[in-house]
Amino acid sequence: MEKKLMKGNVAIAEAAIHAGCKCFFGYPITPQNELIEHMSKRLLKLEDGVFVQSESEVAAINMVFGAAGAGARVMTSSSGPGLSLKQEGISFLAGAELPAVIVNVMRGGPGLGGIQPAQSDYFQATRGGGHGDYYTMVYAPANVQEAVDLVQKAFDKADEYRNPVIILADGVIGQMMEPAEIKDNDNSANYKKDWAVTGKEGSHNILRSLYLDPHELNIHNKNLTKKYEKIEANEIMFETAFIDDADIMIVAYGTTSRIARSAIREAREKGIKVGLFRPITLWPFPLKELKEAAKNTKNVVVAEMSSGQMIYDVKLALEGSKPVSFVGEAGGIIPTTKQILEAIELASKEE
Amino acid sequence: MPNFNKTKMITDVTMHYCPGCTHGIIHRLVAEVLEELNINDNAILVAPVGCSVIAYNYFKCDGIEAAHGRAPAVATGVKRVHPNKVVFTYQGDGDLASIGMAETVHVASRNENVTTIFVNNAIYGMTGGQMAPTTLVGQVTTTSPYGRASKNESGPIHIAEMISTIQGPAYVARVSVHDVPNIKKAKEAIKKAFQYQLDGKGYSLVEVLSTCPTNWGMSPVDALKWVKDNMLNVFPLGVYKEEK
Ligand SMILES: Cc1ncc(C[n+]2csc(CCOP(=O)(O)OP(=O)(O)O)c2C)c(N)n1
Ligand code: SF4
Repeated sequence: MEKKLMKGNVAIAEAAIHAGCKCFFGYPITPQNELIEHMSKRLLKLEDGVFVQSESEVAAINMVFGAAGAGARVMTSSSGPGLSLKQEGISFLAGAELPAVIVNVMRGGPGLGGIQPAQSDYFQATRGGGHGDYYTMVYAPANVQEAVDLVQKAFDKADEYRNPVIILADGVIGQMMEPAEIKDNDNSANYKKDWAVTGKEGSHNILRSLYLDPHELNIHNKNLTKKYEKIEANEIMFETAFIDDADIMIVAYGTTSRIARSAIREAREKGIKVGLFRPITLWPFPLKELKEAAKNTKNVVVAEMSSGQMIYDVKLALEGSKPVSFVGEAGGIIPTTKQILEAIELASKEE
Repeated sequence: MPNFNKTKMITDVTMHYCPGCTHGIIHRLVAEVLEELNINDNAILVAPVGCSVIAYNYFKCDGIEAAHGRAPAVATGVKRVHPNKVVFTYQGDGDLASIGMAETVHVASRNENVTTIFVNNAIYGMTGGQMAPTTLVGQVTTTSPYGRASKNESGPIHIAEMISTIQGPAYVARVSVHDVPNIKKAKEAIKKAFQYQLDGKGYSLVEVLSTCPTNWGMSPVDALKWVKDNMLNVFPLGVYKEEK
């Protein structure tokens, strides 16, 4: 497919189909509706396509569980309140080690919150989100093209690690139109799913997350931990800009990182040396990489479209070695370049 | 005299059900039907949360464990990916009629081509005998110590009746396993339910009145009698919906 102007939500849906995902279960919620609508438009026309508008997000994620268990590449998408309902199923996916891709086009919360863009679900996404000891991989795109690429990668990583992967996009990414190119990128043939329930003759595959014997469950937890350590060792993604001579480092992801770039440009015009560190995987978080990047800076500013969530991972990474300040807005308000610039100027005056 | 043979669809694993619990009888009926309809080689079981959570250890086919109440949603996912396989859920009354009610109603409403075996024992077995949505008025459980509806709450939910009002499903019946003639009828209904799925007609549900001697605090024999004396008049047996 050639480069086309596309809305983020539609691009994510189309990218999934081009990654071999012919199976989608979802429930309407703003600001991700174009995603489920596009899936219905496309999948209901494909002979091997599966699209169900479920009765709730709880049902949707459990349909995902069934389809993933049956061996299909499968996706669901939602926002805030819907993600809360999906946590039960995400925990079961993690427990039964089933691959699936879950998109959260974030809006403001808590509760019903609002429908404007936010980055308010960072805690939920990066700490498992549901009950039990587990992690999901979390990709945070900063533009529509990157959303396309990360969604396609997410299917491969889900299959590789037999683990759910979250695409944590803020509402801006879902709603914005940008040019993007979607390539055919279906690598499903590379992943043999001999564990799936397929009703094959003589097969007695069992997919479960129940381990009543605590010793057995402990072993299961240890095996999961080994898998998470492998993901931490191999899958970290991040980007830096203007970092080599920087006195101040801004940490931001998604849409906020783009506003931060504008602020950095303006700060540099004023002679303040600022750099950017942008995590692309929020779990695993680039802890060592962030500390290394901040090595020669004096202090660090975290910018988020929330009341301050990623800042805890930044502090964890820096281990108290640098002062960390925060700039951000929540509830659906997008922080301005001016606000971030002010935070930079304030930080530059600190000793 | 015919020989008594072990059903091929049942594994050799020792069952964990309490002595005298009729879950065992229902397992056997389902297994016999799968074998007789020659679907033993392409069945997929969706297990619930409840006493039958590890039913996949007993049925010799692929099995997947759903979260509490979500078996119909999981079955939907499995069946949509493998439309030519026989997919069935096996669920208790807490699972199907309480926490999973939305999934129960909508699997029927979408007329998914899957089969549900619904074990109604009027109580939460696995968690130690708490009140279920199917508990009878006046029935004492660990969370209705003065009898259900002692404060004027309503009585039990009638699943077969309710599901039969939905446009979707192909076959809905209620049967019991408290004596031999009824066990035979139960098997016929279960067979019919799977036949509907094989014929691609859509959703089928068989509600089976079952015992929980342990949490009812009765001997297995008294429990069977309790079904006959107390459950049959509240939950009338019969076919509630049948697509022609
Ligand atoms: C979300 C959730 N809530 C509660 C439970 C605890 N729980 C396990 S089994 C069960 C009741 C099962 O009763 P029923 O479906 O009637 O089946 P039975 O055990 O009687 O066969 C409950 C409440 C759970 N596992 N998950
Ligand atoms: S607790 Fe009740 S339903 Fe569960 S196995 Fe025992 S008798 Fe059967």
